[in-house]
Amino acid sequence: MTDWPRIRSVGLSGLLVTFAEKMSEPANRAALAFRAAVEAQDWPEVSETSTSLVSTFVQFEVSQDAITTMTDRLRELLETRDWFAEALPAGRSLWHVPTIYGTDLAPQLEEAAEAAGLDPDAAITELSQSRVRVLTIGFAPGQPYMGELAEHWDIPRQQGLTKSVPPGSLVVAIRQLIIFTNASPTGWRHIGQTAFRTFRPGSEMPFPLSPGDELVFPSITRQEFDRIANDPTGGAEREALT
Amino acid sequence: MSALTILQAGPAMTVQDLGRPGYRALGLTHGGAADPIALHEGAALLNQDPGCAALEMAGSGGQFSADSDTRIALTGAQMQVSIDGEPVAWNASHLLPAGATLTIGGARDGAYGYLHVGGGVDVEPVMGSRSSHLAAGIGQPLASGDSLPIGKDSGGETSQTLPRDSRFGAERVRIVASMQTEAFDDETRTRFTNTTFRRDARANRMGARMDHDGDGFATGGQLTIVSEVITPGDIQITGDGAPFVLMCECQTTGGYPRIGTVIPCDLPIVAQAQPGAALRFEFIDLDEALAAETRHRDALAALPKQRQPLLRDPARIRDLLAYQLISGVVSATADPFEKDKT
Repeated sequence: MTDWPRIRSVGLSGLLVTFAEKMSEPANRAALAFRAAVEAQDWPEVSETSTSLVSTFVQFEVSQDAITTMTDRLRELLETRDWFAEALPAGRSLWHVPTIYGTDLAPQLEEAAEAAGLDPDAAITELSQSRVRVLTIGFAPGQPYMGELAEHWDIPRQQGLTKSVPPGSLVVAIRQLIIFTNASPTGWRHIGQTAFRTFRPGSEMPFPLSPGDELVFPSITRQEFDRIANDPTGGAEREALT
Repeated sequence: MSALTILQAGPAMTVQDLGRPGYRALGLTHGGAADPIALHEGAALLNQDPGCAALEMAGSGGQFSADSDTRIALTGAQMQVSIDGEPVAWNASHLLPAGATLTIGGARDGAYGYLHVGGGVDVEPVMGSRSSHLAAGIGQPLASGDSLPIGKDSGGETSQTLPRDSRFGAERVRIVASMQTEAFDDETRTRFTNTTFRRDARANRMGARMDHDGDGFATGGQLTIVSEVITPGDIQITGDGAPFVLMCECQTTGGYPRIGTVIPCDLPIVAQAQPGAALRFEFIDLDEALAAETRHRDALAALPKQRQPLLRDPARIRDLLAYQLISGVVSATADPFEKDKT
């Protein structure tokens, strides 16, 4: 018997099921699969569920009895299988998001490549072929934290902050990628630029990405980028993953 | 449709309602009014639904006029207010005649004041709410010259008031343990609850930093904590050891450890604390917290019964003879939502 997964209470908001102390692929997969399983139970008390990197959060109207009942139910559900060996939930999408690497639009590609021990062309080849998963969404609406890249991309955040990167920026650190929702200061390195809008309030699909979705970032030319720059979908294509 | 025009906008004015629940998994926090009690008070004064949107004014108000006679209510932090130069009461409802100028000044005893209109501010909802969420890119700060549509008012009396609530200037804030409370040792937790903090000038709808004299409140494993779910009211300890109370427009996840979480009914105390105001945090157990929340919900539901006519001294009403003193009688006990229940 290990210490994990752990169930802890979150103030007066609900319970948190945490699968590991640190980010790891199996723990993230476990959190995503467990959230899908909780949703499938359709417990009437549960008002909202979400995942962070390695945890599933279950929100409900808290009382002493409700905490006892929900803790028992979550423990029972945990015991039904090995969540670290569980497959990812169904209904996910694979996105192809055209990306321009480097140039004045993404000025830290060379610096990031050097930190990863690659020359810039090799870095672009690798990044444009890597398939990553949305590990979690946070910081800003619809903003994905994606991973994990190969181990040599375990590069630290830069010491100083970049004052501002624009919406759609593709940035890298600690084996993860982010597409920024809004213009933001960041310690992650700006290696690519997409025209993909991760939050589209007022549209039919305000949040195109969901946790568990997968993405690839094929390399495009400046000319192609200029053509899609004002399209909120950023020229992205979506396929269903089964 | 009637409209409220902003002749002159204060520095941080937005449209707010009770918020936009249900999108945490997609990175969007609940948002809504920083002081939701004020929304309930405004709704009680105008005898309408607390879900009606109002203008939230941080720090100071502005100048407004409406193109038709409009019922208004003023709640939250007390601000200097007049209609066509004539001072009127805060925490009360009034009739704003068409074309009159409503002038709202700086906050005296809190941080957020609210201007409500009969029928609510009727901007187009985005994902089920009219709340601006500036951190997320929903809505915009209101600017001079903006004109806001006013919803259909079912009508009712004005010149009503509510007793002043005790949340303004309160020092004691009740908190409960949360998932990372145990990451802080006993000594640190005791020192935390024995400390009187001052609300830092750096505070907004995302969070409020707390200042104190003495050491910070670090955990043993401060640097290794993995990013985890945030709920409004969480008190995170940032890198320099200072507590930061996360408010309605906070992020959905964060990597700083949380020492505890402010119970929802006490969060408006923190929201309304002025820069420099003293605040103390006190751990209570779950039963006590749940009882406090139940009492709070009951008190909100009972607000309409607390409503009473503004007392005015007829000798001080300059234009007494201009008032129609007998017409327009309405029932003080009629429930405007009665018809919806059948």
